[in-house]
Parts: sequence; structure tokens; C-alpha cells
Amino acid sequence: MRIVHYINQFFAGVGGEDAAGTPPSRTDGAVGPGRRLATLLGDDHEVVATVSCGDDHATSAAGAIDEIVSLIRAEQPDLVVAGPAFTSGRYGLACARVAAALVAEGVPAVAAMHDENPGVEEAGAAVVVRSGAVAREMGPSIDRLAAAVARLLAGETVGEADGRIGKVPRRNVLVEKPAAERAVDLVLARLGGDRSATEVPLPRFDPVTPAAPVDDLSKTMVALVTEGALVPDENPDRLESARATKWLRYRIQDRDSLPAGEFRSVHGGFSTVWANEDPHRIVPLDVARELEREGLIGGLHDEYLVTVGNGTSVADARRFGVEWAADLRRSGARAAILTAT
Amino acid sequence: MSIASRVGAPRIVPTKGIPYPAGDPSVGTNEERAWRRRLLERALEAVCTPVSKPTVFEVEAA
Repeated sequence: MRIVHYINQFFAGVGGEDAAGTPPSRTDGAVGPGRRLATLLGDDHEVVATVSCGDDHATSAAGAIDEIVSLIRAEQPDLVVAGPAFTSGRYGLACARVAAALVAEGVPAVAAMHDENPGVEEAGAAVVVRSGAVAREMGPSIDRLAAAVARLLAGETVGEADGRIGKVPRRNVLVEKPAAERAVDLVLARLGGDRSATEVPLPRFDPVTPAAPVDDLSKTMVALVTEGALVPDENPDRLESARATKWLRYRIQDRDSLPAGEFRSVHGGFSTVWANEDPHRIVPLDVARELEREGLIGGLHDEYLVTVGNGTSVADARRFGVEWAADLRRSGARAAILTAT
Repeated sequence: MSIASRVGAPRIVPTKGIPYPAGDPSVGTNEERAWRRRLLERALEAVCTPVSKPTVFEVEAA
């Protein structure tokens, strides 16, 4: 069987963060972690090509996923493997989106990443297999991935026992006890000191590693971002007032201010009277421009990024965060002020 | 602010209220603008400061 492997710029040996903007490219055969994968899969299967792309490019350049998918499709693979992406958010999103797009076209695809990678939620109908948290765990991660790939190539299914995570297709099963009895059992378990027993796991907040401090503000491009739902008055892109599924960008390059009447907040979670009286209460462009002119900051990013933080799911918020970071990095911004309502 | 700490935001500058994170409608226009300036200056100090966990950067009274 023909297998194509998708990896990022780092594992392809192109470079680290400095090469995160690298566009997609293909190489014959297996590269980096794909070599071990190829060995484990044996002689019946061949990793015919490796497609790689820089993480920033893959997650924030328009059309990047389509471009990656068409490079992969040209190899006529029987199955596509993406990752392992560990806990790398951008890499995980790229693997998940590539795999999801291929499965939607009828090409079987498997992505591998850690449970807490935001990509898990983005993989659509593609199979996601658990990997370790960091690249140090490459060995066991590749072993598990290769085993899952071998099962799929043999026409078998991959389930939780094989390390499948994310949207495992639901199957009806018959349980012994009705819901009311199970609920009482859980209450009793909790009273007995078991704090973790549940049938409905709640979303978890990841630990966030703080960015390194900025060295020299006067040479740093700063971005303004907000979840305060400030948009042009007509809300041309239809930002939701709650449960955001998207984020937007608006140009402020040629503006020194955001006048009332031209911008307004469509946030549905608080009274927007004050925001609409003076939009700078949400996006402080007036003062930021002043700081730029005085040379305190090296520059102000040409756009502000905006979504609405109101009942937003943790999974969507995590995705917005990863996309914002990639987008800002690509445009040269090295610090951001996020006004939160 | 407590939410920001709990979800792990590394650098936090407390503001006057949810509906106006970069303003303060209870004071006059000039005073509000001065407050906004202090907020942004404090936020910029925060991004220049190493932190290892959620850290609050209060704006000192004028």
C-alpha cells in the first residue's frame, strides 16, 4: 500500500521557528520520524513521499491546507499519516486539517497528537491516535501510530484500546442500570472521596507557558486583539454575539481612532452602551497610536484581531488562540495586548 | 481577573470593569484617556517582564 506522510518544517529538518513560514513541499520516501514508521510497517507498505510545511504557513496562510492536500493527492496514497504533533498547537491543527480534508475526499487519513492538542477537535472524521506530549516521546508515539496504521491498512477498526482519541464514533451499548441509578452511584462515589468519577468529562484548561519577555519595546511591533466583539458598525462579517465559531481581522493601518458610530460591540454578554459611546474602551487604538508615535513601541500591527468571548467553547477558544499566535507571528508582531471583557 | 488567573493567562492587568476593559466611563474624557494610557504602559511593562505563572500587574494610582 502507498502511504504519504505529512510532517512540519521542524521534523522535515528545514528549521525551527525561523522556518515556520516555509510553504509546502514534497520529498521522495520517508523523512525523519517517517523512517521509523516505514520500518515498523514492513515490506508490504511503502512511505512513497513526505509532504512538509511550516507551522505558521499551514495554520494561517490562505489556501495552505488545499495546497498540502493536492501535493498529497498527487501521490495517489492508500492512506495518509500526519504527525505525531505532540502538544504543538499549530502542528496539531495542520495535521488535523490535512487529515480531515483528505477523509472528506475519501482518502483514509490518520493524525497523531497529544490529547490536549487543539487539533484533536479539528480532525473531522479522520482517525486521531494519541501521542506523547513532547518529541522526546517520539519512539512509543510512533510505535502506537504504526500499529494503528497497520490495523487500518488491514481493514480493521481502530478504537480506544489502540490509542484512538477525539471523536470516536459513538456506538449504542446496553448498560445494566438506568441513568438515575448511575447518577446516585456517582454521588455516593463522590461522597466517598472519589473526585474524578464521571460520565461527562468537563473540558480542561491547559497549562499555558508564558512567552519570553520582549527585549526592546522600541523595536517591537505590538498588536491589539480583543474578545470584546468590536466590529465595523454594520457588522459586515456577521460576528456572532455569543458562542463564536470564528474570529475576524480589521485594518487600522490608516486610522488613529475608532469613532463612535463607525465601530460598535456586538458582544451579547454585557451592556455595550459604554463600548459604543467610545470604542476605545474595547480597542485602545487612540493611545496605542500615541505610544507608536512617541517611539515607545516599534510599531502597531496593521490589523486588530477580534472575536466574541461569550459562551465560547474551550475547544474553539483554544483554536482561536493558536491561530492568532500563528497569524501575529507571521505578520511580525511580537507582543499583543488582549482586551478582555 | 480571577478567571484570567484561573485559565492561566500569564500576564494580567486589572481594569475597571467588564464592559470597558480599556476605559472608565465614571470619569471625564481627559482623565479616562490618561487612565487608558497608564493601562497600556503597564501592559507593555508586563510583556517586558519574565513570568513563570499567571501574574497580576496592578496599575498604580495616579
